[in-house]
Amino acid sequence: MANIGEQSGTTYLLAVGTKKGLWLGTSADRANYVFTGPHFLMNEIPSIGIDTRNRKTRILVGVRSEHWGPTVSHSDDLGETWTEPENGAITFPQDTGAALERVWQIQPDSEGSPGVVWAGCEPISVWKSTDGGEHFELNRGLWDHPHRPEWGAGFGGAAAHTVLPSPTDPNTIHIAMSTGGVYRSTDAGATWEARNKGISAGFMPDAEPEFGQCVHKIARDPNNPETLYAQNHHGVYRSDDNADTWNSIADGLPTDFGFTMLTHPRRSGTAWVVPIMADSERIPPGGQLAVHRTDDAGASWTRLSDGLLEPDFNVVLRDAAAVDTEEPAGVYFGTRGGTVYASADEGISFTAVLTQLPDVLCVRAAVVEL
Amino acid sequence: MGLEGPGGREPDVAEVNVLIPSLLRPTAGGQEGLRLGVDPGGSTVAELLDAIGAQYPLFNRRVRDETGALRRFVNIYLDGDDVRRLDGLKTRVAAGQEVMVIQSVAGG
Repeated sequence: MANIGEQSGTTYLLAVGTKKGLWLGTSADRANYVFTGPHFLMNEIPSIGIDTRNRKTRILVGVRSEHWGPTVSHSDDLGETWTEPENGAITFPQDTGAALERVWQIQPDSEGSPGVVWAGCEPISVWKSTDGGEHFELNRGLWDHPHRPEWGAGFGGAAAHTVLPSPTDPNTIHIAMSTGGVYRSTDAGATWEARNKGISAGFMPDAEPEFGQCVHKIARDPNNPETLYAQNHHGVYRSDDNADTWNSIADGLPTDFGFTMLTHPRRSGTAWVVPIMADSERIPPGGQLAVHRTDDAGASWTRLSDGLLEPDFNVVLRDAAAVDTEEPAGVYFGTRGGTVYASADEGISFTAVLTQLPDVLCVRAAVVEL
Repeated sequence: MGLEGPGGREPDVAEVNVLIPSLLRPTAGGQEGLRLGVDPGGSTVAELLDAIGAQYPLFNRRVRDETGALRRFVNIYLDGDDVRRLDGLKTRVAAGQEVMVIQSVAGG
């Protein structure tokens, strides 16, 4: 297999975490990739963070062995070598009586907060690192939250799966958990408030509870940090008031179920989802996989499927989709059937760049200078 | 109680041998087995793991979570008996006994 470091200049990096290892690809054109892998063979890779701040590239991965447990490793040489802190990057303090089960999210903060990396984990917890992801500290405000006894577990486990620090206000962080819903802190993580008004929970007696929703993924508008998008366990929503209230934007989609939500790296109003038929029918509608894109903040949606293999009866999991920062934006996603697609034109056309992998759990993409 | 070095010293009566599964040997200095001194009255499995963990923290994290519990799909046998059927990690190990750490069946 070719050495990933043999390319030079502007290079597109694609990281694919699966149930049985990590694949890393580089490309000059976002269609033809050279992949290495599997790294971490027989370990699931549920989370990847690519930190390109300060002109350096650090790949962070959540790693989990069914036998040997979870951990976090990082590489500063595009996967040539990996470092795992001996005592663990994420370990629960003894007084919690808890043990880390899985790292669901690794999210580098914005350019203005160098070294800050967030993690979302199972059991439901949020963590912050200030040393680039080598050591994380448990967020006590969320850990000690009075709602905790009532948070539940979705099919995949009880986790804080999304952490969205605001790029303009270091005190504001939004998180999403399944099940529990969206929570927001406006005091740098000291306290957290449930922010689910307008989001339904059809699986609960109260259709619109304060919390308890099964929000699958949230994403932030690139220019208006108070505008957020949510793909719910049935329901697609937008908030324009920092998550205080949510309104449905599901009209125009074939179904309101799905796991992913992507926003554009620069353009407001553009978002992508991958609809799944229903909670009770977890396949692409009719077995025809398609991405749907809005360019008007959810008022209308366009079905995009050029280049996608048909039929396909696999779902796209919540973190198995990503965008890059190039112009036009690249869109990437992988299926539980092990196919990974890349689009260099914002989803108008896709190329299958990997096939027949194990279940794809996480996809991340970045533009790096080699 | 303490962990003996990887040298080729002959075992004596105050030691136990802990066999390391091949997948974990990179976390334990590449060794197939570790010889540990035990207290006169024996040491618990947890104490043996603590001693190994002081030198090889990665090995310890692979075998136990941060609460100290044995990971679900890791088994430890004492002279052929699963310690879960004895007294768990509190099972006492006497000098001359053999402790085997091994992965269980898991995954798909």
